[in-house]
Amino acid sequence: MHAITIGQYYQASSVLHRLDPRVKLMGTLAFIIILFFADSFYAYALAAGFLFAMIGLSTVPVGMILRGMRAVLMLLLITVLFNLFLTPGEEVFRFSVLKITKEGIDMAVMMAMRLFMLVAASSVLTLTTTPQKLTDAIEHVMKPLKLFRVPVHAIAMMMSIALRFIPILAEETDKIMKAQMARGASFDEGNIFRRAKSLIPVLVPLFVSSFRRASDLALAMEARCYHGGEGRTRMKPLRYEMRDAAACLVLLLFLGGMIALIVLF
Amino acid sequence: MSIALEHASYIYDKGSAMAHEALRDVTLEIADGTFAGLIGHTGSGKSTLVQLLNGLLVPTSGRVLYDGRDIADAAVRKRELRAKVGLVFQYPEHQLFEADVLSDVMFGPRNLGLDKEEARRRAGAALELVGIDETVYEQSPFDLSGGQKRRVAIAGVIAMEPRVLILDEPTAGLDPQGREEILSLIRSLHQASGMTVILVSHSMEDVARFVERIIVMNHGSVFADGTPAEVFSRATELKEIGLAPPAVTEICRMLKEQGWDVRTDVTTVEEALETILSGLAHRSPA
Repeated sequence: MHAITIGQYYQASSVLHRLDPRVKLMGTLAFIIILFFADSFYAYALAAGFLFAMIGLSTVPVGMILRGMRAVLMLLLITVLFNLFLTPGEEVFRFSVLKITKEGIDMAVMMAMRLFMLVAASSVLTLTTTPQKLTDAIEHVMKPLKLFRVPVHAIAMMMSIALRFIPILAEETDKIMKAQMARGASFDEGNIFRRAKSLIPVLVPLFVSSFRRASDLALAMEARCYHGGEGRTRMKPLRYEMRDAAACLVLLLFLGGMIALIVLF
Repeated sequence: MSIALEHASYIYDKGSAMAHEALRDVTLEIADGTFAGLIGHTGSGKSTLVQLLNGLLVPTSGRVLYDGRDIADAAVRKRELRAKVGLVFQYPEHQLFEADVLSDVMFGPRNLGLDKEEARRRAGAALELVGIDETVYEQSPFDLSGGQKRRVAIAGVIAMEPRVLILDEPTAGLDPQGREEILSLIRSLHQASGMTVILVSHSMEDVARFVERIIVMNHGSVFADGTPAEVFSRATELKEIGLAPPAVTEICRMLKEQGWDVRTDVTTVEEALETILSGLAHRSPA
């Protein structure tokens, strides 16, 4: 009965939402990689401009993207502080043993920008792409690995099944917790050890039911002649459209611009 | 001693776009010792209702009274309430977790703070009531048959010695024989202990034969409430909300339409047999 949101997909129908997930996945990867080569103010400005344009296009509320930043806030803070105080170079400010250098400030600002944009870019990807589509894209992108006998299809299938079962298991957990509460169990009493122990009556039935579901599912898949990825077609095949070509062009222009700025400055 | 709802409503995910009213202004009282059936479709609010009764859910508005006291009252301890109002969920065997049957049944009593001796005594008594014998005590609950698992799970709640026992679809997923066994077990539990029993089901057939009172839920409200005969006399209305009266009631109603002199408020095969035989007797001279 409860609404459970998987991942953090934001339902909308923007250009970015409709874009082929492969383009989005590769685009995000390219953006993140090029970000690590950027070393000048101009390059960062261009990357930031591009990122903001994408956020605008996605129609996702900025608040939701910022919410994703909360998780990395501590990491961001530590990175900035370390870079600020521990980079050797021309001293601008000194507070007993701690000194801030010009290079330190540059480094701290750069790292902060990098981290911020990295997280924001991946948020845009996951906010505009359903987990299912993302898995499809990952399967496609990993295809070359088949040459090295990596079971690409199996990995992708496992990922989608895992995603599919998150809401079901969440509901199941809720049910089991209630059933144990009806037997007088309590999950919010006592110290951390007691609390951890009080989860056993939930975890055991949850594991048992997961295994039962897994074997039921395996049987159901075999009954429908599933035998792995060999010769398998898709219900919703991924197809490149004109907009994907346009998106690639925009991406190439951006990457070209970035490379030019990195080389020039 | 009674358990009652006063204008109780319950809304899931209140205040969000997914808000969903599962229960709307329900008022009812179930007297001590009653054997009641709670019937309704999936989504009619019956599962929500029973979770209100033992405090697992708190009504969005309205009150739940146990013995005349509001259970939302801070003085009412939730754990004690849950011991007095035992709730057996659907597929209760899915909640078994201990290494052996006896320990699993002792889980509830132990949570009430009882010592090992007392918990063991209660577990033994509960297992005996549900017909599980001592040879099974040391076995893993996961090795039992489906019907046995369910009995053990029910014993896990009975061991808390509740005054009110609520069973949510206790026969779901069992074969006809297992169903029959569980239903007669519940009836004998009611007779032996004098507990209030509330049997939740979507099947009129299961409930009709045993209970003294039927409460029919539809779209979160009480649709009908009375003795089985009273409720089933509203057959056409019941059909409109998609609930079929028991087959025997239907047969008698159809016979009546054909001009037979039979009662239409029968709920069991025995009653039907009696009235059809007497109907036949009236016809035969003609």
